[in-house]
Amino acid sequence: MSANAEAMPMTRSQSAPAKVFAFARRHVLTLYALLAFGYLLLPISVVVLFSFNHPHGRFNYTWQGFTFDNWVHWDAVPGLRGALEASLEIAAISSVSATVLGALIALALVRYGFRGRGATNLLIFLPMSTPEIVLGASLLTLFLTMNVTTGFWTIVIAHVMFNISYVVVTVKARLVGFDRHLEEAAMDLGANEWTTFWRVTMPLIAPGILAALLLTFALSVDDFVITNFNAGTTVTFPLFVWGAARAAVFPQINVVGTAIFAVAVSAMLANVVWQNRRARRLA
Amino acid sequence: MGFLHRHRRLTPYLLLGPGLAWLALFFVAPLGFLGHQSLETQDPIELTYTFKWAWHNYSDAITTYHTQLLRSFEYAGIATLIALLISYPLSYWIAFRGGRWKNVLLLFIVGPFFVTYLIRTLAWETILADQGFVADRLRDLHLLGADGRLLATSTAVVAGITYNFLPFMALPLYVSLEQIDQRLIEAAQDLYASRVRAFLRVTLPLSLPGIFAGTLLTFIPAAGDFINAQLLGTPNQAMIGNVIQSKFLELTDYPAAAALSFILMAIILVLIGIYARALGTERLTG
Repeated sequence: MSANAEAMPMTRSQSAPAKVFAFARRHVLTLYALLAFGYLLLPISVVVLFSFNHPHGRFNYTWQGFTFDNWVHWDAVPGLRGALEASLEIAAISSVSATVLGALIALALVRYGFRGRGATNLLIFLPMSTPEIVLGASLLTLFLTMNVTTGFWTIVIAHVMFNISYVVVTVKARLVGFDRHLEEAAMDLGANEWTTFWRVTMPLIAPGILAALLLTFALSVDDFVITNFNAGTTVTFPLFVWGAARAAVFPQINVVGTAIFAVAVSAMLANVVWQNRRARRLA
Repeated sequence: MGFLHRHRRLTPYLLLGPGLAWLALFFVAPLGFLGHQSLETQDPIELTYTFKWAWHNYSDAITTYHTQLLRSFEYAGIATLIALLISYPLSYWIAFRGGRWKNVLLLFIVGPFFVTYLIRTLAWETILADQGFVADRLRDLHLLGADGRLLATSTAVVAGITYNFLPFMALPLYVSLEQIDQRLIEAAQDLYASRVRAFLRVTLPLSLPGIFAGTLLTFIPAAGDFINAQLLGTPNQAMIGNVIQSKFLELTDYPAAAALSFILMAIILVLIGIYARALGTERLTG
């Protein structure tokens, strides 16, 4: 013990080469991180930049000149507005439904001991570890066998299905650190279960619920593979892009892509700020 | 709620019921139907399907499409490895050097992925295009032959897959690195471990759950992907996803497509099992 205690100060004063090494290491890592950020942001910059392009011809691949036209006339391309509306409607319905269903599962998993917990966990994990193409194909098989015409509602069904697991994981992460005594205290003070749920439980898991809503909304708007199998004649925004990619790429597609990106990032920033404020207020 | 109070033991099942029923109906049952379909045979003239326990669908699928199957796992494996090499230092940097900017820096990782998947991939098509900026500069530097291409190569497809699934790698890595108690690393160094040794013996093992989750979350969608191969490659880069989707949606050869889907899933599950055992991950995930 005493030998260790004496040795301590020696390790604190580093030799000169060690300092140089530490300095270099620190900055190598920073440089690497900056390069990685550059790589992550490069395609996005291209998307944003080419939303201002003034392309000649059908493809928006080379820079031809700057214009605001695409932003002003963003719905000049037939079918684009309808596809975007379909995507947003499907995302709204499916994210709310999946969040309700998933949050209830998360509550049950964290708060109650019950038979079949292992099987439940497996059932939650499996959809996330199944390739999307298999999820999409198997649902299509179901609808074909049942003679269900695929369209708007089959897309909603599919999106709720693949979103539930993500909700469970997100809300569960929030519930694990949850102190049950807070609820018991509320009940001891005369609150009934309903009041306790809305006044104590809900505010505590609200950030998890909100995160789940944002995540599932984003996953739904973005989904192509599963939607492609179960869409019938309904066209969502990703399906519209896919169809366009084969014939002609309009700069308007970049406009909508940029807009979705801007909204999503703003929502996430707002969430970060909100969480920080909350953390400060609670602390 | 009074009812719930009287039947407390029922409560968890009531909470689970609706969600699990949804998964049973629209996840489990469809897999059953897919399995059924994979054993059907198609009447070539009437284009009708009859169930015949046609196990040969599976062997036929493997003999015909083993190239695409192997290629899928090869591409997915390489992409997962590159994503790990890119993400680990990046997540490490954010977790240990990010300070109060951590959450904002994370936005830089997650943010790009709110541009629709297909648009992101089309952006890579623009970047790698034959007459694009990058290809032109590489030709100027004679790094690329006069008729050399960046697009329509295996490299382009693997690069696209790596890019598209990177956050699935970076986020779990970040979460596991961020949870590491810095004092453990300091303790290792106080006990005369060099920085490298402290990393290898403390930080790396503690981040294993993140590596495990990240590689799985990247590898699984990568192996089933067909969009990158479609947009950035040629039929020579076709993956098993391309085969499944064209058989389902264009050729309506449902039994073969269903068999291929199950083969893909089975291989993935076996690989996960081997991988979990190799990393000794039962204790990591439980």
